[in-house]
This record gives sequence, C-alpha cells and structure tokens, in this order.
Amino acid sequence: MNLTLRIWRQPNADAEGQMVTYQVADVSGDMSFLEMLDILNEDLILRGEEPVAFDHDCREGICGSCGMVINGQAHGPERTTACQLHMRHFADGDVIDIEPWRAGAFPVVKDLVVDRSAFDRIIQAGGYITAPTGTAPDAHAVPVPKPDADTAFENATCIGCGACVAACPNGSAMLFTSAKINHLNVLPQGQPERESRVLNMITTMDEAGFGGCTNTGECAAACPKGIPLASIAKMNREFLRATRKAGR
Amino acid sequence: MSNKIGSYTVGDDLVDTKAPSGPVEDRWDKRRFGAKLVNPANRRKHRVIVVGTGLAGGSAGATLAEQGYHVIQFCYQDSPRRAHSVAAQGGINAAKNYRNDGDSIYRLFYDTVKGGDFRSRESNVYRLAQVSVEIIDQCVAQGVPFAREYGGLLDNRSFGGVQVSRTFYARGQTGQQLLLGAYQALERQIDAGNIEMHPRTEMLDLIVVDGRARGIVARDLITGEISTYLADAVVLASGGYGNTFYLSTNAKGSNATAIWRAHKRGAHFANPCYTQIHPTCIPRSGEHQSKLTLMSESLRNDGRIWVPKKKGDTRSPEQIPEDERDYYLERVYPSYGNLVPRDVASRAAKNVCDEGRGVGPGGLGVYLDFADAIKRMGRDKVAEKYGNLFEMYERITAEDPYQVPMRIYPAIHYTMGGLWVDYDLQSTIPGMFVIGEANFSDHGANRLGASALMQGLADGYFVLPATINDYLARGGFDQVSPDDPVVTATVGEVQDRIKRLLAVDGDRTVDSFHRELGMLVWDECGMSRNAEGLRKALKRIPELREEFWQRVKVPGTGFELNQSLEKANRVADFLELAELMCLDALHREESCGGHFREESQTDDGEAKRDDDRFSYVAAWEYTGVGEPPVLHKENLDFEYVHPTLRSYA
Repeated sequence: MNLTLRIWRQPNADAEGQMVTYQVADVSGDMSFLEMLDILNEDLILRGEEPVAFDHDCREGICGSCGMVINGQAHGPERTTACQLHMRHFADGDVIDIEPWRAGAFPVVKDLVVDRSAFDRIIQAGGYITAPTGTAPDAHAVPVPKPDADTAFENATCIGCGACVAACPNGSAMLFTSAKINHLNVLPQGQPERESRVLNMITTMDEAGFGGCTNTGECAAACPKGIPLASIAKMNREFLRATRKAGR
Repeated sequence: MSNKIGSYTVGDDLVDTKAPSGPVEDRWDKRRFGAKLVNPANRRKHRVIVVGTGLAGGSAGATLAEQGYHVIQFCYQDSPRRAHSVAAQGGINAAKNYRNDGDSIYRLFYDTVKGGDFRSRESNVYRLAQVSVEIIDQCVAQGVPFAREYGGLLDNRSFGGVQVSRTFYARGQTGQQLLLGAYQALERQIDAGNIEMHPRTEMLDLIVVDGRARGIVARDLITGEISTYLADAVVLASGGYGNTFYLSTNAKGSNATAIWRAHKRGAHFANPCYTQIHPTCIPRSGEHQSKLTLMSESLRNDGRIWVPKKKGDTRSPEQIPEDERDYYLERVYPSYGNLVPRDVASRAAKNVCDEGRGVGPGGLGVYLDFADAIKRMGRDKVAEKYGNLFEMYERITAEDPYQVPMRIYPAIHYTMGGLWVDYDLQSTIPGMFVIGEANFSDHGANRLGASALMQGLADGYFVLPATINDYLARGGFDQVSPDDPVVTATVGEVQDRIKRLLAVDGDRTVDSFHRELGMLVWDECGMSRNAEGLRKALKRIPELREEFWQRVKVPGTGFELNQSLEKANRVADFLELAELMCLDALHREESCGGHFREESQTDDGEAKRDDDRFSYVAAWEYTGVGEPPVLHKENLDFEYVHPTLRSYA
C-alpha cells in the first residue's frame, strides 16, 4: 500500500515544530508501524534529509520506549504499542498523522521523542518496597492470597510508556501512578510504606506538572497493557485513607 | 591486511581464576571470608561506575549504593526501566525445591554444567546455584508479583533441559517484573543521592590509567556532548552481542560497544562463538523485518512441536491427520521430548526444514501445537498460563493460536560468550568487572532456559557486591586528573571516530551494512558452521568493514540527538566483533552446545565434543583491527560433573 504521512518535525526542545508531509510506497501489511517509519527514514537518509527521530527499543511491546500519537490516538487505532501495531490495520491511500506525546510534563526533545523522566521521579518518591539486598526472609515465609497477587500483577504490568498521559485531555498521570501504588499497596510486603508511598508519589506527580483526573477514561482506553480505570479509584481511596491516618 | 585468513597466535594460559580450592560447596564462603572489606564509613569515598541498568546492572547499582558506595550509572535508554532484560518472558530458576521433586543446589549445578556442554567453570556454576535460592527471597521481598497458587505460595514450572520444576515466573513477563524490582531499588537509591544516574548516555570508551580501569568516556545522546567520568572501579553490565546478527530477539539498541571497546583496551574476550539460537521465535515475514520476536520456551511445556512427515506438504495443519505428523522431538528424544535444551531443539528444527518438511512461507518454520493442551486443560487454563504470548503471536501474525498451531523458527537470542572474568567477575583489566550477559562466565557453550535472569541477578545482587569490596579495599587509588594525558587521549580518539563517521558521507545507510553483516554471520556462523563457510565470512567481513568506512552515510551532526550516528558507532563495532566470532568458531574444531561444527558430529548428527583438544575457555587478546589476536586458554577441570556425551534421548 501507499501512504501519506504527516509527521511532527521539531529539531530540538527549543525550536518551533511543524507537520511535514511525506509519502511512503510499497508498505506491506505485515510490517509494524515502526518498520514502516524505518523505510521512510532509509529514504530520507539517502536523499540527504534528516530522518525522523523516535524512541523505540525492544519492538515487542514491553520496554515502553516507543509511543506516538497516530491519527489522534495514543499508539494508534489498536490497543497495543506502536511497535506492535501492524500496517494491516491501515489501507492503501490512507493519510496518517503522527505526533509526539502531547503533555506539558513530557516536553518534546526532538521530532517524536519526548522527555518522560517525570515518571522516574514519581517512582523515586515511593514506588518501591524498601528491601535492601540480603535482608529478605524465605520467599514462602509470607503467603500472598492469590487474588491479591493477581491484582498486584495486573497493575505491575504497566510499561511506563506514557500513553495514558498523552491520551488524557488533562495530561494526567493518575493511571500510571495508581498502577504502581496498587501493585505495591496490595501486597503484605508493601504495608509498612503504604501511606507514605501514596502521599509522596501523588505529591511528586502534582509537582511534575501533570493534570488532575476528571474521570474521562481515555487513559485506560489507550493503555496497551489494560491497566483498569478502577486503579485510579483505588488510589484515591488509598490517598484518603493515608491523609486521614496522617491527620490523626 | 597482511595476515592469512583465520590466523592467530597462542599466548600464555590463564592459570589463576581466583576460584578457591577445596570442596565446591565451600568455595564461595571461603572466597567471601577471604575478601577484604571496606569500612562502611569509607565506602562513600569510593566511586564506582556501572554501565547498564538491566537485571545485572540494575541490581548491582542498587546493592552497591545500599552498601554505601557512590555509584555513577549509565544507560542508553531514556529510563533504566527499559533495559532489555525487560523482555525476558519465561522465568527464573532457583533450587528451592518447593515442589519436593528432587531438586537441590547440586542438581541445578549439575544441570547447568551439563546443559552448558561441559564448557563452563565448575566453581562459578556451583556458586550460581547456591545464590539462586536467595534471589527469589530478595525479589519477593521487593514485591515482585510471581505467579502464586491458591494457597498463596509460589508456583513453578518446568523448562528445557531439566526434569524438575524449578522455574519461578510472572506470567510471560518475568523479566519485566524482576527488572522493575531492581529498577525500583535503583530509583530509591537515586532519590537518596547515592546514585548519579545518567540515562540517554552511552559509554564509548574505557579509561585505563596505570593498567587499571579508572573511568569511561560517554556521549550524552541528547546534546552529543562527550564527557569523562572517573572512578575507582568500572562495572560493565551492558549485555550481549546478539545484534551482530542484525535480526535477533535483542532490542534494537542492544549493542556490544562497551564490551568491545573495553576489549580493545585490554580485556580478553572469551568464547565469542558461543551464541544461542532460541528455537521458538516467530518466523520472519519479509525483507522489511527489523527484529525477531521470541515466544517463551515455557510454551514447550504444553505445546507439541511437529512437521508433516511428507516433504513439501502444503496442506493446512488441520488437514494433516495425526499419523502423517512427525512429532520429531518426542520421537528422537523420548525422555525430554519437547523440553530438550535450546541448542538441540533449534538444530532439530533446522534439520527438518533442510529436509524440505518446514511449514509456512519459504518452508522456514515448524508447528508448535496447543490442540492437545487445550483438550486436556481447557482453553481457560491455557489462556491463564500463556495468554499474553498467544495475544502477541496473534498480533504479529494475524493467526489465532487457539485455532491453528503457531509457526516457530529459531533465532539468535543470547550470547554465552563475553568478556573473560575470573571468579571475582573481574576482567583482565584490573578494576574492570563484567556482569550478566556481558561476561562469559556461567553458561558454557549453551545456556539453559530461565538461567539468564538467574545469572544477571546473582551477579548483581550477590556476587559482585561481595567481590568488588576486595578490590576497592586494596586501595592505591591515586587521584586521576581529568587532564591526565591518558584521559585526553581517550576522549580524543572517541571524538575522532565520531568525526570520521560523519565525514564519510557515502551512499549506503548504516542499516544496509548491518543487514548485510547479519545475513553473512547468520549463514556462516549461525546454527551450524563449517570451515569453508567461516573462511568465507572471515574474508568478507574485513571487506565489508572497509566498505563501511568508505560508503556509509550518517546525516546530521555530532552535537544533537542523532540516532543514525548512534547506530553507526555500534555497527562499526559489530563489524570488528563479527570477525573474532568467526575466527573463534573456526579455531574450535569441535561441536559443543550452541557451536555446531558440521565436521564434528556423531553418526546421528548430534554435536560431538572433543574434550582432549578443546576442554578450555578461549580468551582472545586484541592486537589491532584485522590483526591476528592472541589466544589464551583457561583449561577446564571437572572434579564433580564428569564430561559425558550429553544425551537427552
């Protein structure tokens, strides 16, 4: 198939950006979206133009590096990452708009590459269980009820790609933050830091410039890993519980 | 270019591995007790560089920082959470014997030495098995959500090459969950100010002062700035070199630059020809393919591998009746069946495809069929165990594996070879330690499934933090000035090379060279190798390298985010490393593990080792690009697991 691409080009963080139109020919349905961009870039390089910069690494949907807004949707029309989106979901002659994640807390670095370091700062604020190496009891010392283990796992599958933020009209990071809080707060090992975790992570999230949640639900719809919207509700409950406990 | 193809010289044997003598079960205790310690108050005065944030680097950085060292850490990704360990699917081994099925530390040790086809160091492997037990405890304490049973205890599954269930897993995302555990510990230490983290920064050279590793030169991938970082010790945890093959299951950015540049500064490179080809990957679909996707080996627990009995059978799988199918692994290896080790399974797949019985486009595939498992366990149970893998397969191929068998084909997945290290994980450059896939240490000529995660975390959480103390405690770290002539010379070389890459301005892209190199090594140094093919590769690689430096086109400048330049730097190193890999493969005139030399096989076509001539680690010393390297042998003694013909029949 032949496609028209309109891609956000921005040389660096300080420069003005603009949409630029490109044509790509002979795209096969078995290609991933990123492989299609590879072809464009190979062409651009040989023509002496700058290739389009985009983050990517594992190309199996697990590292969370890639991310772009495709035709207005974070990661495009399928519920997966851009690297696992295949061109069979597009048709010959399509015009595809490709933009970087758009959120105040994710400044553009170049073209489709954005700075997501705010996510790391949220984790630093409490997205861990303090268990220095060598201090652990036997793994079977504390059984974890299967439903709790499953809840923890479901939330732990977050890949930190940032699609939730990009999809949210408020640029909120509530889904990302709640996923980590729910992963750790449901486990017996996570109890000692249960309150400080939620309070500190939410404070850092707010300071990073992410917006608030208005229950739009775009985040959960865009999440390639299916983190449920209910995680945000549970985080709010954890937050309330922690503030009440702190006020006592 | 004066030398003959495949030539090398032989230097002194590597005699002292620092492994203590005595009963194998006491050696690690003995070494730890013998190691000097650094007083807690003095630790923060020591700066330690860690390159890489995967399972090995992440766990090492966090643990060293917890101990009180000042850690300076690097990754090329935008966050340490994205290191390629994240993509490991199946699980992590540990000799917990929670199944009460006869497992023990000794059995894990035995299985690993045998699985490695008797080409690993017994002392190291025994230690790995010992430490495995603590890893699971550590990860559970961090909140890693391993699969559990209804009673709340941990679940296990079985993996290739073993007859016990000792693999802990988190659905098909074990690597991700273990990495997040290490990453979170790392972030906690970053927040505490004990780690200086440099994401999007790539190591481009090692600084060696007075014969000791004292720092690195790295490039900020956003600004292009080249900086020097000085320290008392350098730890490389930068992963393997599987991307030499272009198409592999590695991440696109996975590269050998850190280990290769360290090799050029004096670190011996061990067993580069030991590369692992994973039997269960999704077959390639066309020319545009940029990487291959692995389907976890755990699928072989319940999936059955088969091809049609008849050559060139083009019927769809459901039209082929049971008695016209060849479940070749179950037929040839009845006691291990579909769970033979990876090298055996990969070669068997290649053989049936070479016979013309392969399935799918180009006949490069075999079926992995879950019909029986679905009948036995029900679709829901299969979905619970493998759901995300099935989804991934369907997304890529547009075929539903609940309905039609998966098609799989082998692909490069892991490299057992790497920088040579002693028992302390120290390379031949004092002060430079190498951990995880980047070293050669524990897997011999073939790695068993679920052992990479085990080794990465063993090295990072437990082994390195104990052994590096000994080095640091011995002191003698005179201040190195950033203006030291060695430092400025190293920086100069890095800058020159970037200038050269940008100045070529030729007519071929970096990827086109990488593809060509990959195809060449896959054909000649892949699943099976022979002298003629290896010589052909050894002739072609230097030509290709020369062409690269004359014709490559790298747009842009060095002072910005320039992904083409990043790739060019990495591919330039693959073009050198590939030559050593082929040379090592040519010199090792035996078959062992992942290294199958067609000249050395049994009558049944199985790998035939030659213990009399090749029971050693081949550690290569660098002498110059395209110059004959020097071979140093570390002879392997087997006091416990005596080499036998590795049989899985």
